[in-house]
Amino acid sequence: MFNQNDITQPGKPGTLPKAPTGIAGLDEITGGGLPKGRPTLICGEAGSGKTLFSIEFIVRGATEFNEPGVFIAFEEKAEELAMNVTSLGFDLEQLQAQKMLKVDYIHIDRSEIEETGEYDLDGLFIRLGYAIDSIGAKRVVLDTIENLFSGLSNQSILRAELRRLFHWLKEKGVTTIITGEKGDGYLTRQGLEEYVSDCVILLDHRVENQISTRRLRIIKYRGSLHGTNEYPFLIDEEGISVLPVTSLKLHNKVSTERISSGINQLDDMMSGKGFFRGSSILVSGTAGTGKTSIAASFANETCNRGEKCIYFAFEESPSQIVRNMYSIGMDLQKHIDNGLLFFHASRPTLNGLEMHLVAIHKQIKKVKPKVVVLDPITNLITVGSVSEVKSMLIRLIDFLQEEQITVMFTALTLNNIVNEQTDEGVSSLVDAWLLVRDIEFNGERNRGLYMMKSRGMKHSNQVREFVITNNGLNLIDVYLGPDGVLTGSAREAQQMSEETSKVIYNHGLTRKDREIIRKRKVLEAKIATLQSEFESIEEELNKGYVEEELVKEVAGQTRDKMTKLRGGNNTEFTS
Amino acid sequence: MQEVKEETWELKLYVAGKTVKSVTAIKNLEKYCKEHLQGKYQIEIIDLLEKPQLAEGDQIFAIPTLVRKFPEPMRKIIGDLSNEEKVLVGLNIRSLKTVS
Repeated sequence: MFNQNDITQPGKPGTLPKAPTGIAGLDEITGGGLPKGRPTLICGEAGSGKTLFSIEFIVRGATEFNEPGVFIAFEEKAEELAMNVTSLGFDLEQLQAQKMLKVDYIHIDRSEIEETGEYDLDGLFIRLGYAIDSIGAKRVVLDTIENLFSGLSNQSILRAELRRLFHWLKEKGVTTIITGEKGDGYLTRQGLEEYVSDCVILLDHRVENQISTRRLRIIKYRGSLHGTNEYPFLIDEEGISVLPVTSLKLHNKVSTERISSGINQLDDMMSGKGFFRGSSILVSGTAGTGKTSIAASFANETCNRGEKCIYFAFEESPSQIVRNMYSIGMDLQKHIDNGLLFFHASRPTLNGLEMHLVAIHKQIKKVKPKVVVLDPITNLITVGSVSEVKSMLIRLIDFLQEEQITVMFTALTLNNIVNEQTDEGVSSLVDAWLLVRDIEFNGERNRGLYMMKSRGMKHSNQVREFVITNNGLNLIDVYLGPDGVLTGSAREAQQMSEETSKVIYNHGLTRKDREIIRKRKVLEAKIATLQSEFESIEEELNKGYVEEELVKEVAGQTRDKMTKLRGGNNTEFTS
Repeated sequence: MQEVKEETWELKLYVAGKTVKSVTAIKNLEKYCKEHLQGKYQIEIIDLLEKPQLAEGDQIFAIPTLVRKFPEPMRKIIGDLSNEEKVLVGLNIRSLKTVS
């Protein structure tokens, strides 16, 4: 398998010198570019992008690597060519004025030409040599040299001259691209591969299920390691981008940093901190369960932190999402205006899966976001089989993890159990999986959310009720009562009846309290009565005792007095 | 230079240096013209090694190339012109002869 690390980088001693193409992704596959100072053959069917490929090589050489180039066109006039590539932002006229580019159109019209006797292609050599020398070109494109074959009938001369031409180009030390139309069973119709033995790149344009995918394959690269797979490539308003199929080595760095999901209660379900940075999250659920809202909330939270986010929408247009999210209290427009949130909306059927992947790659490379949202991946299935979607997502997840980008996918599930386990086959790939389910009960539909899995962290195993309110998303603990799990109005009703019974209970409680107080009062009154009764009895009892005492005292006093009276006489006598 | 008359043929022969093919082509052309055009012609021999910038104008890629600029339409004959028959057909000379 292609391994990026195995490819010798340009500039190392002993390796083949290479001329970088500047075409995104291609230099990674070829390990630095095309063989410097040698011819490269680019072949493919009509419309596979050969001319564009070669012109981008020349233009990038001139603009990015300061290597002037000559473009010899056999098919299109210079003006036509310039016009064709203006849409890609290549200004050929300006480059020509700057002496960085020379476009020469060689017109071969069979009807004008008669052949007689010996000839050679010195005229072509002279023109080419003149063009190269006039701007000091380092790069040359011959597009398509095969036209010579249609214009000239003497094949033996032509072949001998071509051989001489390539030899001459090598001696000149210019990096050359020769384009060639794909032939029947051969790489090129005229067997050009026979002359160009250093590097051969095949461009392919296939249509499967009415969806076209462009692919590129390096058939041969003498003296250099190269990727051998078929790589999808994309032609868009910025030229060609090739997507290297990554190594899938599972060597990615991991982060222990956690980022919030934008829903506090959801973060709470994951030990209060949220997802790991750089992880992949799948949100799946049936239609209308709020997957997009969860995804948008995550994107919103990312932007609130001041980080960039790209939202790839495959179902709704950006303005639609912005409007819809505004209704639940999320202002996404603000983030778009601040340059934090990027929307990239395209219909899945716009192009093949590979093209989507290339487009996603390109966008990510350009924006360098921290979070990426794909909403929903299920729609991609319309343009590919489950296994294709899976392999695409593996590559995407792999790429994102390498870049430490957190990704959230949403996926639509149909209402059956099997699908729950095999959401596009990615459920085993993702690090966290949120499932939003419909709970139909009591004549209403409610949403239940739970975490199917969350790698590497403690997470709640409970179903939460997922509520979308005017102020955003909310998760509520579902009611677990004697009657089972209750949600929605049933939950509310249950809560209300509980509330009522509580009030009644409280009310009962206070009445009992009062009763007790009253009872106590009665008791206390009784105690008071008894007390006073006791006092009167005590007094009664004490009364007899006191009287006795008094009698005793009075009797004593009387006796004393009597004794005194009697004895007093005696004393009077004696004294 | 004599005044260009209506019937005067304007021929340009592009060569590159004094190669065998170039020399043969020049010789052949002069011979045919003498034989068939009898003074009603102009030959310009252009050596692209000296003036490479001229190659573009007449769309020259093979050497030697004979270009009939006049009469219209433009015709090109590439090769050393060794086949007289072909050259005359290519230049449409015989028909002119029959007409005149």
